[in-house]
Amino acid sequence: MGRFDFHGYRRENGRVGIRNHVVILPLDDLSNAACEAVANNIKGTLALPHHYGRLQFGEDLELHFRTLIGTGSNPNVAACVVIGIEPGWTQRVVDGIAHTGKPVAGFAIEEHGDITTIASASRTAFEFMQRASEQPRQRCAIQDLFISTKCGESDTTSGLASCPTVGNLIDKLDPLGVTTCFGETSELTGAERVCASRAATPEVAARFMEVFDAYQEVINRHKTSDLSESQPTKGNIAGGLTTIEEKAFGNLQKIGRTTSFIDVLKPAEAPAKGPGLYYMDTSSAAAECVTLQAAAGFVVHLFPTGQGNVIGNPIEPVIKLTANPKTARTMVEHIDLDVSGILRRELTLDQAGDLLIEMVIRTCNGRLTCAEIMGHREFVMTKLYQSA
Amino acid sequence: MRGPDFIVHDKADTVGVAVVESIQPNTPVTGWIMESDETITITALDAIPLGHKIALADIRSGDTVLKYGHDIGQAVAGIGQGRHVHVHNLKTRRW
Repeated sequence: MGRFDFHGYRRENGRVGIRNHVVILPLDDLSNAACEAVANNIKGTLALPHHYGRLQFGEDLELHFRTLIGTGSNPNVAACVVIGIEPGWTQRVVDGIAHTGKPVAGFAIEEHGDITTIASASRTAFEFMQRASEQPRQRCAIQDLFISTKCGESDTTSGLASCPTVGNLIDKLDPLGVTTCFGETSELTGAERVCASRAATPEVAARFMEVFDAYQEVINRHKTSDLSESQPTKGNIAGGLTTIEEKAFGNLQKIGRTTSFIDVLKPAEAPAKGPGLYYMDTSSAAAECVTLQAAAGFVVHLFPTGQGNVIGNPIEPVIKLTANPKTARTMVEHIDLDVSGILRRELTLDQAGDLLIEMVIRTCNGRLTCAEIMGHREFVMTKLYQSA
Repeated sequence: MRGPDFIVHDKADTVGVAVVESIQPNTPVTGWIMESDETITITALDAIPLGHKIALADIRSGDTVLKYGHDIGQAVAGIGQGRHVHVHNLKTRRW
């Protein structure tokens, strides 16, 4: 029995979830209505409507499939019903999720219409839901956990205290064999060399720099003055952050002081090198980034905020922490952990890291996050370029 | 112990961050340098909102501004010690 044991759901493939969702997953935008109807019929199931899936091609289409299959495969999902406009691509998603061994079934709308499809899919969702409701939580060890992190509406308090608190947790849990992930490629601008120096090997550092440089090319191709107040955002600037470089060094505090990252992941790519810290190439937009990390199999998310980003994710609980005393006071229903005491020197970073570990364990045991209670379910697919 | 008015990441930094909700102009303010655990006192010359930066020394136009011990951009105007440092006098070198 370990000090950080928790009670989770062990899935057919051995991975551990901390939630027990039955997901109704649309292949494409056209299937959202049917999925929402099924979720309305079968209480406790969760539809994940999104905007894409038609006329995508190449790497963009691969990412679409990787995100959908990864979402259905996430250990926080007990079972999954997939609905698509036509059977071919629907089956591709079903087959991808079926590799986990969990219950999954697909339904296509063409030749049946919405009403018949909804009826058939609802019967299957009913069985999945009842089966999932009897699945017990079991004692699990901390190394079964996959934790992702990304910060949002950052301000200078993020770099001073809330991001370093996440870093402290990662430095403590990395030696215990926990799998962790950070991303936000554009938001490392100015700190990219320091980030590269934290790679475990020169090869991983070189791969990180390749990914970083490729993202800079995209930004340079489309950029406007000051990136249209998008990087830093207007909220960042209101909170005292002035330049992207300043924001980047604050952001990088999340990976701690001693932990090295062992691999570079494509968006939504599942880690394959065992326990350790992974860097994933993602946008810095909160919902896009967390959706990609959830699709890669991460089951609990740590989200430091300064000015008060309210994001959640439908399948991966998002734990929010802030060191901004004003945000902690005015947005109390969004903040799971207040670490503003660090700024008053009432709390050390080490103590804050321990409090965050405790909050993670409580969340894994079933404590609902503020974002879950407030109904934040931002599921946002990343799109790489125009559809055909 | 009263908490600091501003915090400095690194001993080499030329700016600190206000961590109280309002620093008033022409008042002495106390800062904590996290790296070295030292305390310093300067006089704030501007109002500095929570989270905003205060210049720890005189910074000339064109100088690199240091925070976290690293380059966070270039001063585009002279900034006296105790002045507010933000988008009006500090710009990115990227993008």
